[in-house]
Amino acid sequence: MSKELNSGIPTDSEVILGILNNSESVLKRLYTGYFPMVLQLIINNNGDGDDAKDIYQEAIIILYNKVKTGDFELSSKLKTYIYSVCRRLWLKRLSQMNRYGGDIRDFEEYLSVVDDTEKNNERDVQFNKMGKALRSLGEPCKTIIEDFYINDRSMQEICESFGYTNADNAKTQKYKCLQRLKKLFFQQK
Amino acid sequence: MPAKVEKTIFSAEVRRKDMSENELLEAIERYVNGEMTAAERAHFEILRNENPEINSKVTEHKHFTGLIRQYGERLELEKRLNAIHDEIDVHTLEDELMIHPSWIVNLWRNHHSKISVAASIAIFAVLCTLFFTGYLSNREVNYLRLRGEVAKINQKADKINDQLNNLKRPKKTYDNPGKYRGTGFAITASGLIATNYHVIEGADSVYVQNAAGKSFKAKVIHSEPENDIAILRIEDTAFRNLGVIPYTFKRAQSDLAESVYTYGYSQESPVYDDGKLTSANGLNGDSLNYQISIPINPGNSGGPLMDSRGNVIGIIQAKQTQMEGVHFAVKASYLLNAIDSLDNKVNLNYKNTLASFNTVQQVKKLKNYVFMIKVYNQ
Repeated sequence: MSKELNSGIPTDSEVILGILNNSESVLKRLYTGYFPMVLQLIINNNGDGDDAKDIYQEAIIILYNKVKTGDFELSSKLKTYIYSVCRRLWLKRLSQMNRYGGDIRDFEEYLSVVDDTEKNNERDVQFNKMGKALRSLGEPCKTIIEDFYINDRSMQEICESFGYTNADNAKTQKYKCLQRLKKLFFQQK
Repeated sequence: MPAKVEKTIFSAEVRRKDMSENELLEAIERYVNGEMTAAERAHFEILRNENPEINSKVTEHKHFTGLIRQYGERLELEKRLNAIHDEIDVHTLEDELMIHPSWIVNLWRNHHSKISVAASIAIFAVLCTLFFTGYLSNREVNYLRLRGEVAKINQKADKINDQLNNLKRPKKTYDNPGKYRGTGFAITASGLIATNYHVIEGADSVYVQNAAGKSFKAKVIHSEPENDIAILRIEDTAFRNLGVIPYTFKRAQSDLAESVYTYGYSQESPVYDDGKLTSANGLNGDSLNYQISIPINPGNSGGPLMDSRGNVIGIIQAKQTQMEGVHFAVKASYLLNAIDSLDNKVNLNYKNTLASFNTVQQVKKLKNYVFMIKVYNQ
């Protein structure tokens, strides 16, 4: 099975292009291709399958964001990069859980990826804040905001699905919602 | 702040500058999304440049909508990743990738506390056993003991060698004391000696020693265990005739309350003791014995029991009894019977030369005819 997966691992440039083009198949091959490596690292260092999933997905998101924002330079093999990020994240998690014995069993070469993981920390904070703000916003505001700003639906469509009599009412509602969301978002510490 | 109150305050605030606020936002949004006409756009840009408040609002709106978008994108990505993840058989992979240490390492990891405890107990038990069996403290002693044993064996071997050498050459000196000691007295001048059977019982060789301290080898020629009588003959080249025996043997029964005495080797030197004849019969009416009131010691056995006129009336039998101060002597008649039964006819002395002497003189005469009996029994 693992052999089959290995043969399906996309090349490094394929991955970058795939992420930029939102290619589903590349993402899938990337994910399944490197997961065993990370799983091996985690489960042999006091972790389990769920830990491996969390850490690996975080690493993929870091890679994804880095490629999307255009500041990803392939200075090493993608495999080494992913391994290094996962290793760093797992060490941090271990020390947070007080399970780190000062010794980690390594399976691959690794490099320093402190900047990337720190940057991801900020993103994480904002992501969590936004999630909280949206949840406390309540309906129908949440759906209106999500439909308009995330799913790129037009005001006309939103208007119809919510049964507003005219688009102006919908617009007013939307701005009210946006103002409240801002307030909720920035209120958080 | 309760949500409802907050809501009312908030909506009141919005309503006041409702139009302007919302209109501005709409304008910004249209501007950012590039939905404005060229004229509108130019107008808005002038407004933005003139009014820093509007400018910052534009930046802020851009940033915030960007955050919302990012949030959405990430949520979407996570959904996709989870979907991919669900297709992976994590369990099989885990089994494949888990490094399995050898069974002995696993055993140690899982049971090291138990193993440690067991090992400690085992060591403790061994130490205790060694301690209580004295193995730890007595090794040196055992070694010394072994050396002692070896030395003992050597000594024994030397002794055996000595004995072998001694066997080769005959003994010249007989003055070492015998194991059992008793007393005997001469029957004839030629060297017949009377004593108790129990004195010479089981002897390998018998020696008699005279008052001068000289020993002669003797042979048991007659013994009567039932009467506790034995007769020896001196068979030694160094022995000379004793001369005429001064006392006689009285076959007749002596009377009660007669004064009697004895003379014998209860110690190294001869001892005199006197008393009375207290009964004509011995213990339980035994007619073999007289009962006498002379203090007797074991060495007196076989000595002569004399009456005041110098007659031998019995042989002292110094056996232990339960009663204090009560002792016995074999009656002389039994001794005479024994002498009569000897193969060679014995000529006894019938002339008593002691009768006219007092006790002191009698004992002085008696001295040369009473012997110490020494018995060797190897």
